[in-house]
Amino acid sequence: MPRLGGATLGRGLVTAYLSLIVLIPIAALVSKSLEGGLSGFWDSVTSPLALSALKLSLILALIVVAINLVTGTALAWVLVRDKFPGKALVNSVIDLPFALPTVVAGITLLALYGTNSPVGIDIAFTRVGITVALLFVTLPFIVRTVQPVLLELDREMEEAAASLGASPFTTFRRVIFPNLRPALLAGTALAFARAIGEFGSVILISGNLPKTQTAPLFIFAQIESGNTEGAGAVSVTLLVIALLVLLVIGRLTHWSLRHGR
Amino acid sequence: MSIIVEQARKQFGDFVALDGVSIEVPDGSLTALLGPSGSGKSTLLRVIAGLEKPDSGRVMISGGDATDVPAQKRGVGFVFQHYAAFKHMTVRNNIAFGLSIRKRPKKEIAERVDELISLVHLDGFGERYPSQLSGGQRQRMALARALAVEPKVLLLDEPFGALDANVRKELRLWLRRLHDDVHVTTIFVTHDQEEAMEVAGQIVVMNEGHVEQTGEPNDLYEHPQTEFVMSFIGPVNQRGAVFIRPHDLELLHVPAPEAEEAMVERIVNLGFETRVELLMANGEQLWAQMTRDEADLLELTDGQIVYVRPRRAKVFEPNGDPRTEEIASAA
Amino acid sequence: MAARDRLGKYGLRYFALGYLTMLLLIPVGMISYRAFEHGFSAAWSSVTTPDALHAFLLTIEIAAIAVVANTIFGVGCALLLVRSNFRGKALLNAIIDLPFAISPVVVGLALLLLYGRTGWFGSMFLDNGVQILFAMPGMVLATIFISLPFVVREVVPVLHEIGDEQEQAAQTLGANWWQTFWRITLPAIRWGVGYGVVLTTARALGEFGAVAVVSGRISGQTETAPLWVWREFGQFNTTGAYTASLVLALIAIATLLAMNSFKRKEAS
Repeated sequence: MPRLGGATLGRGLVTAYLSLIVLIPIAALVSKSLEGGLSGFWDSVTSPLALSALKLSLILALIVVAINLVTGTALAWVLVRDKFPGKALVNSVIDLPFALPTVVAGITLLALYGTNSPVGIDIAFTRVGITVALLFVTLPFIVRTVQPVLLELDREMEEAAASLGASPFTTFRRVIFPNLRPALLAGTALAFARAIGEFGSVILISGNLPKTQTAPLFIFAQIESGNTEGAGAVSVTLLVIALLVLLVIGRLTHWSLRHGR
Repeated sequence: MSIIVEQARKQFGDFVALDGVSIEVPDGSLTALLGPSGSGKSTLLRVIAGLEKPDSGRVMISGGDATDVPAQKRGVGFVFQHYAAFKHMTVRNNIAFGLSIRKRPKKEIAERVDELISLVHLDGFGERYPSQLSGGQRQRMALARALAVEPKVLLLDEPFGALDANVRKELRLWLRRLHDDVHVTTIFVTHDQEEAMEVAGQIVVMNEGHVEQTGEPNDLYEHPQTEFVMSFIGPVNQRGAVFIRPHDLELLHVPAPEAEEAMVERIVNLGFETRVELLMANGEQLWAQMTRDEADLLELTDGQIVYVRPRRAKVFEPNGDPRTEEIASAA
Repeated sequence: MAARDRLGKYGLRYFALGYLTMLLLIPVGMISYRAFEHGFSAAWSSVTTPDALHAFLLTIEIAAIAVVANTIFGVGCALLLVRSNFRGKALLNAIIDLPFAISPVVVGLALLLLYGRTGWFGSMFLDNGVQILFAMPGMVLATIFISLPFVVREVVPVLHEIGDEQEQAAQTLGANWWQTFWRITLPAIRWGVGYGVVLTTARALGEFGAVAVVSGRISGQTETAPLWVWREFGQFNTTGAYTASLVLALIAIATLLAMNSFKRKEAS
């Protein structure tokens, strides 16, 4: 165990680093955004463009998370329970959205589903296009949180259920799913936070139209035109939403872990 | 080097691990700290090692106050229950670690490591990694590693707890012989009374953070000072405040003074030893222990009525000293 | 296996894999096609202009600094979280996870507001002629922020798993804290650290939003590779954009392979 002096020094250094890198900038953001008082803040957030941007981000994030719950679980299931040639390769590919720069993700999606699409699907400058981009970048989250849980799942529970007459669907619903719940919640939280904040992959697909302007795009546009108050207000709102979601999901996960297993 | 602990107290949150413990370990002795889980024996060992700091009390090593001396500087060798092998180092490098920390010349280190590898019978395993060794081999390596820096005291925390039963028996004997050869003051922690009785010269029996009794194995067995010591050190039949060793229960076929009527419920043959489970008239269940020959002589059968008489019993009154009652036996 | 079960199993497999192919594999395949659409030499020359090369170099420089800083911080912080006791661990954990919850543009804005002319630290640096924003330091700060959590998060579970008995053993053998750390702890956690470093690198190389805000995107000076790609695409130099994207994608794939080998080594 480190001596007491060492631990205090360590704590001091860690605090200093985090303050410089994370805490002070965030504090500056919040402080500057409230410079016009709460009423100024409120006005900025409730301006029509800001509201529609926030609404769009929230709705798309919810849709994306819902889709990912299904596809993510399916992918995790196939990777853990199924056997097919190239499975190891598929497993590595799942992490591609983590490793790829977001702007490159946007470009690759446009190459296939954009204006010069070889398959004739053009979703550039549409909300569907943004949704697809968000699906791309959030793909790994739920897969990766569910996979380890599925790996460790006691098969005997399922066998017991089957011997008691449960159909595969019932077994999934009543035996497997409750055990996956904490992992699904954790993955959902991460995917949601990522989806409402996503910028790089969305900026090319959205094309700067009001109807496809998500909250991060709105913030960027405001910064570019010098309206840092408006940008700040929506930024703080976005941050608070993300933190609230993480908090709520954290509590749900805690509850789920205590009651599910 | 002798060890003296004076009134050590240690608390973890609400849990009192050590409640004013004092022990004395003579130089060159082989002492066991014996007790159930939670008795504080491991905590006491770690306090002696310097891995835990007591909330109050003192630790004296060879007459010097070591209470505030950190583990690095105490010159104690410590062997962990789960070996704590340096997984990324070979056996040789594990053993050499303490010496290389002290920047000894490579040649000296190599010689000492060779010596120790022979001592613990790991010849030929020097270049292997801990993951390639069996549990018993890993523990021997851990011992060699601890001995490499010539510690003043050797401390072992349930050293054989993680091993198979027969490996455990083998290593017990081996530890005893090692101590005879190397003569380092050695303290080991165990919850296995058989192990303590077999290996140690002195046993400190601990329970719930305090010392129940200290003494030689035979002494503790014959003259236990508390109920706990008597029940822990060997098998007992408890009748209220009266404690009787199973092998002190005499079985007779005819009534006799001081003998009670009982029914033989079950006879268990364990090779040399036979156990006879008895049901007393008042519903109490006792058991008697005898050799197979003795049992054969008695020709016992299930359901038989016999008469049970203790040859000797120990009485622990709540507010008095324990006393032994010898019951006169026939002829 | 019953016919219905077989249908379910294959149905699920093809659904999942099909989704993956449509969303991931084919698009990535497309950029190679687009990059070399006009021939290899066109692709090559589009990506080796001075601006492009500078962009790539700048990206690597910034990522290198961020990785080193966050690795040292990450290991130290993980040790603190796992091996010592103090109140406020939950808070520390929450702060470390903050970069996962923040949009990159918000990070950029925060730095803009902090180091700008009217910011708390603004005058302190500008009056002394030190340029934080629209220059390297700001970009480095942004990149460190968004890639902060990875090493910590990877090392913490490894530290938990190896337990501290080896370190205690080293202590009883006479090692001081540095010897213990360098010779016992660090080798034991090296695959966790490696994995964390790879994740940090990938994140730092690919950073776009925060750096877009903070850098001013001055071509040839403060443009990283992702920013350069964005500019080229916007100016319809698609070959350059696609080729650079391909390069970045190949780096990402190399990162994936590294991730995989570290994950396997960690597990063994």
